[in-house]
Amino acid sequence: MSDNFGFTETPASSGRELTYLEAIAEAIRLEMERDENVLVMGEDVGGGFGGAFKVTKGLAERFGDRRVLNTPIAELGFTGMASGMALMGLRPIIEMQFADFISTAFDSIVQFASTAHYRMDAAVPWVIRAPSDGGIRSGPFHSQNPEAWFVHTPGLKVVAPATPADAKGLLTAAIRDDNPVIYFEAKPLYRSLKSTVPAGEHVVPLGSAVIRRHGTDVTVISYGSMVHQVSAAAEAVEADGISTMVVDLRSLKPLDVETILEAAASTGKVVVTHAANRMAGVGAEIAALIAEEAFESLDGPIVRMGGADTPVPFSPPLEDAYRPDAAKIAGAIRELAAW
Amino acid sequence: MDEPTQIEMYAWMKLTRTFDEQMVAMWKQGRGLGGTFSGRGHEAISVGAGMALGPDDVVAPMHRDLGTYLVRGMRPERIFGNMLGKATGASRGRDANLHGVGDLDLGIIGFISHLPQSLPTTLGVAMAFKYRDEPRAAMTFVGDGGTTSGAFHETLNMAGLWQAPFVLVIENNQYAYSTPLDQQMHSPNFSERASVYGITTVTVDGNAVIDVFETCAEALERARMGGGPTVIEATTMRMLGHAIHDGAEYVPAGLLEEWERRDPVTNHRKHLLESDVASEATLDQLDATARERIAAAIADAEGAPMPDPDTLGDGVYA
Repeated sequence: MSDNFGFTETPASSGRELTYLEAIAEAIRLEMERDENVLVMGEDVGGGFGGAFKVTKGLAERFGDRRVLNTPIAELGFTGMASGMALMGLRPIIEMQFADFISTAFDSIVQFASTAHYRMDAAVPWVIRAPSDGGIRSGPFHSQNPEAWFVHTPGLKVVAPATPADAKGLLTAAIRDDNPVIYFEAKPLYRSLKSTVPAGEHVVPLGSAVIRRHGTDVTVISYGSMVHQVSAAAEAVEADGISTMVVDLRSLKPLDVETILEAAASTGKVVVTHAANRMAGVGAEIAALIAEEAFESLDGPIVRMGGADTPVPFSPPLEDAYRPDAAKIAGAIRELAAW
Repeated sequence: MDEPTQIEMYAWMKLTRTFDEQMVAMWKQGRGLGGTFSGRGHEAISVGAGMALGPDDVVAPMHRDLGTYLVRGMRPERIFGNMLGKATGASRGRDANLHGVGDLDLGIIGFISHLPQSLPTTLGVAMAFKYRDEPRAAMTFVGDGGTTSGAFHETLNMAGLWQAPFVLVIENNQYAYSTPLDQQMHSPNFSERASVYGITTVTVDGNAVIDVFETCAEALERARMGGGPTVIEATTMRMLGHAIHDGAEYVPAGLLEEWERRDPVTNHRKHLLESDVASEATLDQLDATARERIAAAIADAEGAPMPDPDTLGDGVYA
């Protein structure tokens, strides 16, 4: 769309400081301007309200109700509907009000959308935005990180940005991808994290991890909000003379196998951590991958650190006990470094 | 209705019935692969609805709707090939029986398991037409069994809310696998159920192909013209088991005998003869053509290559 609705754009070469939430909103707006087939749908996303977290605020005024579709509470129905729209060439961005609610739409995601191309050669290019993650005292039904269910499902792609720049770049790539993509946005970062985001078009390819910090003693692999806990832990152990490499996966499916293996082999000591519970989590797959493919480079056991195998509890002492954090991760790094 | 159309209906129903009978025979002889589903008794619905669709409409048939696939242009070779797991099958060996027999170039979304997931998906197709302001309609099918699921009600609520160009045919065939209607719901009044969602509802004799065709044609045209969704209850009977392995001993013999007298193919033939639309010789010729066509399709499918295992990973991603 050539008309820019009066918004001022910064030249593409420069970046501005945006919050994680603003970066998501900018990606949606730019893609809706670029492609008439892109639309937003979900509970409370329309009108002047703009969704439970206000990510879509202002979109209905700019693009109209046709492209910003407020849905009834019917995740199974409207996610299935998005698949039908996608079969016809539209590119729906579905806002799942909370990632936790995605289970109510599970059948349409893992049975139809993920298999349609394999079975009938028909692309289903939708994105589900799933506000995930806890640590903000939201209890068992509003704090989950259910990415492992979808990483286990062939035909889906799964991403989890940790920074505002990646939030924009990965969402842009997800919208343009011809496959169903589940985009786990870390709601604790929405307004708490602000950093430089490239203006204009910014695409981060799906399947590319990034080294956030170079180090020589221990490699810590993570994604989403936990990357920031890992970075804090890396700072903390530096005082003890431990040099930590930090890998931000960004994309959980497909995995950037090359970067993971190189990073693991370069230090020979690996911690994998995420906020989702540890049992059969993404970390288990990463650990197995490294054990199979980089065994000879290892100088210690691969350490997995995840949430406890419990529902995500509400009360602060319980939730803090549930979640990994910088202090716990620093402890794991120190222990492994000394191994 | 013009006479050539009535004769065409017979030809498609006969092709569908012949396919179905040959398929059942093959599976009983052990020449099949995995399970399969018969649509015997549903031919008037699948053919009548299929013929009512316009070239730009899109349909998501289910596993009893072989006729819709055929009318829509899916070659029987591709369907038999699919059933035998061949590389030439519509899903290239990826999906079984009528599951996965989709081709968007023909306006067909292959049967979506699990029922009634075809409802929200088809509503999405309809909403895409509405989004682009195109005069097209989307149609899908469900059995009585699928109407008790949440996705059915979620979809009808949204179809009514947005007045989508969406047509749903409920094939009320009396049984959900082994469970009769009276054990599925308190009141099996499908029209009543759909009407509360703001949807036009019609009940039609699902064994009368002309009635099905006319009802579907009217609903599709209303949808294309912006008149909103329709739910059509087509009453019929599943004449064989749920799937090929199922002897359906739980169905009272008397019920099957009663519905056998209402057989859609036999009765349409009788109608054509009694109303002098077609001669016995003409219809016999169509029967013979159907037999030849299906025999050729089976020969093609049986002779076709199996998929190359090296292609296992092809197409997981677009």
